[in-house]
Formats: sequence, structure tokens, C-alpha cells
Amino acid sequence: MSAVEHQGTVLGELRQAELPVVAANRRRGPAAVKNASVKLLGAVVVTILLVFMVGPLVWLMLRAFSGLWQFPQFLPSTWTVQWWRSVFDDKNLAHSIKLSFEFAPVVTILSAVICLPAAYAFSRFNFPGRRVLLISLFATNAFPKIGLYVSMAGVFYTLNLMGTFMGVVIVQLIGTIVFMTWIPTAAFSAIPRSLEEAARDVGAGPLRVFFRVTFPLAAPGILVAMILSFLAAFDEAQGTFLVGIPNYITMPTEMYTLVLNYPEQAAAVFSILLAIPSVILMSFARRHVMGGRLAEGFQIR
Amino acid sequence: MTELRPAGLLIDRVSKDLGGRRIVDDMQLEVHAGELTCLLGPSGCGKTTTLRMIGGFLQPDAGRILIDGADVSFLAPERRPTSMVFQNYALWPHMTVFKNVAFGLKLRKLPKKEIRERVEHVLELVGLTHHIQSYPARISGGEQQRVALARALVLEPKVLLLDEPLSNLDAKLRVRVREDIREIQQRIGITTVFVTHDQDEALSISDRIAVMSGGKVEQYADPRTLYREPATHFVASFVGAMNFYRATLHDNAIELPDGTRIACDGVSQNGAAPVEVGVRPEDVEVRTDGDGAEATVVREIPRGHYKELVLTVGGDEVRAFVGTEVTSPERLRVRFNRAVVYEGGSAVSEAKEPVATA
Repeated sequence: MSAVEHQGTVLGELRQAELPVVAANRRRGPAAVKNASVKLLGAVVVTILLVFMVGPLVWLMLRAFSGLWQFPQFLPSTWTVQWWRSVFDDKNLAHSIKLSFEFAPVVTILSAVICLPAAYAFSRFNFPGRRVLLISLFATNAFPKIGLYVSMAGVFYTLNLMGTFMGVVIVQLIGTIVFMTWIPTAAFSAIPRSLEEAARDVGAGPLRVFFRVTFPLAAPGILVAMILSFLAAFDEAQGTFLVGIPNYITMPTEMYTLVLNYPEQAAAVFSILLAIPSVILMSFARRHVMGGRLAEGFQIR
Repeated sequence: MTELRPAGLLIDRVSKDLGGRRIVDDMQLEVHAGELTCLLGPSGCGKTTTLRMIGGFLQPDAGRILIDGADVSFLAPERRPTSMVFQNYALWPHMTVFKNVAFGLKLRKLPKKEIRERVEHVLELVGLTHHIQSYPARISGGEQQRVALARALVLEPKVLLLDEPLSNLDAKLRVRVREDIREIQQRIGITTVFVTHDQDEALSISDRIAVMSGGKVEQYADPRTLYREPATHFVASFVGAMNFYRATLHDNAIELPDGTRIACDGVSQNGAAPVEVGVRPEDVEVRTDGDGAEATVVREIPRGHYKELVLTVGGDEVRAFVGTEVTSPERLRVRFNRAVVYEGGSAVSEAKEPVATA
């Protein structure tokens, strides 16, 4: 009896003595190692991202101001602003900038006029084929665009739209439809119907309800859609090139000529110019619109 | 807000199908001018659908809805003399409290000065003048609820509709706001339809309650009648707690299937066939000695100012509400002070006070 008791006590003491150490190891050791490795991995990923995202931009900036820059050198040996001057002096280039800023707003507004009512319908009414239509809007983006544009060109020839302002507007419009439909559809869907019903209840007709309640509440989403559409139209090159030449040469289509006719420094200058509206509009969108809107736009059921 | 001219509401044999299912089935209901009627029932019983038909958000498939004698069945919501308080309040987040309340008045092209006066007056009525320039997101749920009420009242509707207006509030606030709503409703004497699934809410604020089930009105009566004399099994089980027994009736006693007899005032023999007997827990009298059926205590549940005893009598369960001072030994004796007898789901005994139907 006493022997058993004795043994029991010894075992008990042993266990007590060992336990805290084991527990501490289990608590601190692996968790800390895991934490550190996660941090390291994070740092590596961020660095790689930075190199890939910022690297080309830095290179572009250097190129735009570089004079002589030979292969093994890390930095250009001479600096110059002559490429900027030659871009701004070229009448064609200045004209293409002006044209781009004419097309993009027209396309954006036209796209809004066409797509917003559709977006409202997608959000509020459950009609046959709703899902199929909604998803098919992606179809234009799912295939290489050039194929689409070539077949459009055939139609445009018979309609006498080749080389016309309207033709270019239509071809640019294609790329904006997905943004202008999906994002506002989500924005409208996010508005509880009871807000509209409450407005009906106090005496507003359907149109007034839309303009006083629905539209103001969906405005941030619509604004994001308009910014993305503006940029899509502004940056559209292939279709505009195919339909617009030789009458309408916008900034992105001018890039083709630039790359062929000028040293690549001029192209660098031009791409920086082309990027400016994107940077401004994107930062505007980020500052004034909730971040979730864009993501919401592609989660419609 | 000047004086409201109260108007009556008549739901005349209205039916409505939604998604291939009959939601409201040949419903008949009249709400007197200035009366507060609760539509009470479980979810899916058709109460909200009924309210939405009164408000004009749905149109009846059959039947008519009359307000003040005029058929409004097919008028759009903006053309009806009704105002609705929505379950989620549905305040417009991009407008201040003032603009929310003033919106309907602006649509009516009233002079600016009058709009301001009426908005201020109604906000005073609901006690929210200090939040007149706040946005809805900046005020509490209870305050939003009162803004929604003010927005409905400012238009001086003939009928006020409330769709489970308290379900998003916490329990304490719910009790206070419902008393506020009742107080305001009585002060301005507006005809009101109040939808709720909370029997406690319905019993405490209504002039009359319409208990709904399966798209029909099971019983339409004042809270006291509804509680004391539930017309159907459904009403009895939905409103308050009720013990149900299959039993045969004797004079002043009922007999459970196993032969146990429990003394029960006011019942009389009516043949040998078993019927359904309903007894409220507060009508169960519990004694420690004397006569009465023998009962065993299974569980004792404290309920604050009273306690609930779960007993077994002759193989059946009896729930009784007793005072906290009652000590419960294992064995007790019970008798029933009052019972309602049902046959085929409807009440047959109990001298009923005339149930107001019209």
C-alpha cells in the first residue's frame, strides 16, 4: 500500500516538474517560428510585387529623360528633355491628345445612357434570360478583341461607319459595357427596396423615386463605373486603329506610329502622358469612393 | 399637424397568391376609425402581405380594400391615404432627419414655412427636435424608428401602417417605444394597423387583435377576450401558454384518458366522446393538501415575480403559474379554475362575450 502511494507521489512530482517547460515550449516555440516565417514570406512577396509594378514605371521615367544610355550602364550617361519637346511640338501628337479627350467623355456618357437603365432592370426585375444576358456581357471581353473588331469592320463598311466619329465611338463603347452594367447593377441591388417603397409611400411617382432616392444612393457605384469606362475608352487602341484611321488617330493608336517613327524615348514620354489621366482618375476614385464598390460589382447573383 | 379626421378601413374578402401559394385567403377585417388593430401571427401567416396590400405595394387578386368607404384596391402607394412605417425604418441615408420628414410635404408643394412648422411639430411629438439636422446613420435605432414614425405621421394619413416596427430594437427599448407609439396613436386618434408576431406586444397596445394563420383571420377580438376565450386551438396556443388535454367531460370535472379526474369549474357533461380541453397555467390551482387530483412535481422554473411548475397528473403534463411564496413538496394536489373546451379546433364551451366582428 505504502509503496504504491510512494511511487504515485514520485510520479506526480516528476510530472509537475516537467509540465511547465513542455507547455512553454509548445506555446512559444513553433508559434514564434511560424510568425517569423510568415512575416519573411510577406516581405518577399511585397518586394517582388514592388519590383514588377514599380520597376517598369521607374524604367519608363528614366527612359523619357535619357540622352545617351548604353547597355552595360546602370543609369543614362546624359539627361535631356528633348523628347518631351519633340512630342509636344509634333502637331499630330497634340491633335491625338485632343481627340482622345473628345472621344472618352462622349463614349462614357453614351455608355451610361444605354447601360444604366439596363443595370436598373437587371437589379430590380427578374425577367427570363436575365442571368444569361448578364453573363453574356462578359463575352466581349472573353475573346481576343481583334477578331471581334475585324468582323465589326465588315459591318461598318456596309453601314459607312469606317473612318467616322460615330464608328470610333461605337467600337470604344464595346469595351465599356461590362463596367457600365455590372457595377451599377450591384450598386442598385445594394439599395434596399424599402427605401424606394418608402418614397412611393410618401407620394413620389416612380421617376421621382429614381432620381431622388435610387440614383443618389447608387451614385458612388455609378461614378466608379464611369471612371473605369472613361479609362477603357481612353486606352482603347486596336478597335480605334482599325475603324478610325486615317481620320481619327487617338493617343493609344498614335503609339503605333510613334514606336515605328521615333526613338523609343519619345514613346516613353508618350506613355507617361497616356498614363496621367489613369493615375488621376484612379486616385480620385480611391479617395472618394468606398473600396468595396468595385469588388461588389462582380458579385451579382 | 392639425386635427386628423379618422377613417375606417375595410378589408373585404381579399385573397392574394404569391409564388403559386395562397398567402391571404378570403380575408375579412374591419378596423374602426381611430382604432389600433394588430395583425398577429407566425411568419408566413399573411399578415405582412395584408399590410402591403393596404399600403398599395401589392394588389389583391380578389376582393376590395376600402378606406373611408372609398375603394383603394388598385391605387398606387403614392396615391393612397396611407403611411407606412417599415420594419427596417427605410430612412433615406442621404437626407437629414428634417429632409426625411419633409420629403412628402415638399412633393405636395407646400410653402417652405408650413413645411418647417409641420416637420418641427411632428418631431416634437416624437421627441426628436434635437436631431433635426442629423443624418439617420448618426442616431440610435430607437430614434430612427421615431423618425420613421414622424415621417409617416407628418402627412396626416387616414390609416397608419406599421410593419413589425419594433423587431430591430432590444427588449427594453421595445417596450418603451411601443408605449410611445400607443400614446401618440391615441393622442391623435389615427386608425392604425400594426403587424407583429409578438403576442405580448399585441396584447399590450391593441384595441383589437386579429390572429392570423394560413392567410385567414382565426379570431378578431379585444385583447382580454382573445386571451380569456381563444376561439380556436391555434389562437389558444399562439397567444399565451395553454395546457391541452384530450379528456371526457363530467359535471365540474374532466377525466384524463387514464381515468384520473381533475375538478374543473364550469364544465358540464356532454356525452362520452373525448374532447380537447385547454387550461391556462394561471388557472391551475395548486394545493399542498385537501382535495384535488394528485400531482408530482417534475421541474420548477423561476420566472422572476412568479414561478412555473411542471407537474404530471395521471400521465399528462400540467404547467402551472404560481406565486414565488408557494413551496413545492414532491406531491401536490391540483384543480382547474377555468377551462375552454374545443371540438375540431374551435371553442364550444365558455359563455362567450359577444365577439365584435364588425
